[in-house]
Amino acid sequence: MSTRFETSQTKPFGPAAAAFLAAGVGTFVLGVLTTWAEISADFGKAITYSKDVGPLSGKVILTSVVYVAALAVLGAVFWRRNPSPTIVYWTAGILVALGLILTFPPTWKLFGAG
Amino acid sequence: MTLTDRETWAALHGMIFGALFLLAFAGGFAGLYSLRPALVTPQGIIERTRRLIFGTWAMAFIAWATVISGSWIVYPWYRAAGATSPKSILIANVNTAQWHTFGMEWKEHIAWIAPILATTVALVVAYYGRDLVKNEGVRRVLMVVFTLAFACAAVAGLLGAFITKAAPVH
Repeated sequence: MSTRFETSQTKPFGPAAAAFLAAGVGTFVLGVLTTWAEISADFGKAITYSKDVGPLSGKVILTSVVYVAALAVLGAVFWRRNPSPTIVYWTAGILVALGLILTFPPTWKLFGAG
Repeated sequence: MTLTDRETWAALHGMIFGALFLLAFAGGFAGLYSLRPALVTPQGIIERTRRLIFGTWAMAFIAWATVISGSWIVYPWYRAAGATSPKSILIANVNTAQWHTFGMEWKEHIAWIAPILATTVALVVAYYGRDLVKNEGVRRVLMVVFTLAFACAAVAGLLGAFITKAAPVH
C-alpha cells in the first residue's frame, strides 16, 4: 500500500531526495549557528569573518558551505537510489522546521541568550 | 531627485531583487500547480516545463542575489558603529529598539532560508524535467517548499520595509 507521497517515478528519487535533505541540513545548520552565536559571545566572535558584517558573516558562509557539501555528498550517496519519499520528506521537514525555530529571536532566550 | 550610493544599493536589494522574487512567486506557483496531465497537453507540458525550469532557476538566482547584497553590502551600513547608523538610531529609542532586537535579528537570518529552499525547487524541477508531471507527490512537495521560500522572503521583505521606514540607510 502506498502513502500519498509515493508516486510512479520515471527517474530515481535519490537526487531529488538529496536536494530536499540538503535544504534541511542547510536550514538546520543556520539555525544552530544563529542560536549558538546568540548564547555564546565567544562563538559569535569566532565566526566573525568580516568585521563589517559581524557574526552573520560566519553564519551564512558556514551555512552555504555546509549546504553545498550536503548537496554533493547526499547526491553521491543517493544517486540512482530510491529512498523512501515519506522518510525523506519528514526528515527534511523536521530539519527545516527546527532551523526556522532556531532563527526566531524569542527562541534564543529559551537557551539563555541575553 | 537623486539617490546616494547606499540608497541605490538598498533599493536594488529590497525593491528590485527582493520584490522581483516575491512577485515572481505567483507565476512559479501557478506553473507548478497546473503541471498536471489532465490540465496540459503533451505539447503544453514541454513548453511549461521549459518555462518552469527557467523560472525556478531565475528565482533561485534572484534569492541569492537578494541575501548576498543585503548581508554583505547594505547590512554593514545598517550596523555601522556611530550614533547615526540605522541600528544605533533604532536601539537608542525604547519605542523603536524592537525593530532591531526582534525585526532585524529575525530578518537577517530567516532571509537566508529562502534561497536554499528556492534552489531546492530549481534543482528538483530541473532534475525531473518533463517527468515532473508524472510525479504527483514530488510536485506537491515542491509547491510546499516553494511556498515556504516565499514566506521566508516575505517575512524578511516586510520587516525590511518597516525597518527602512523607521531608520533608512542613507
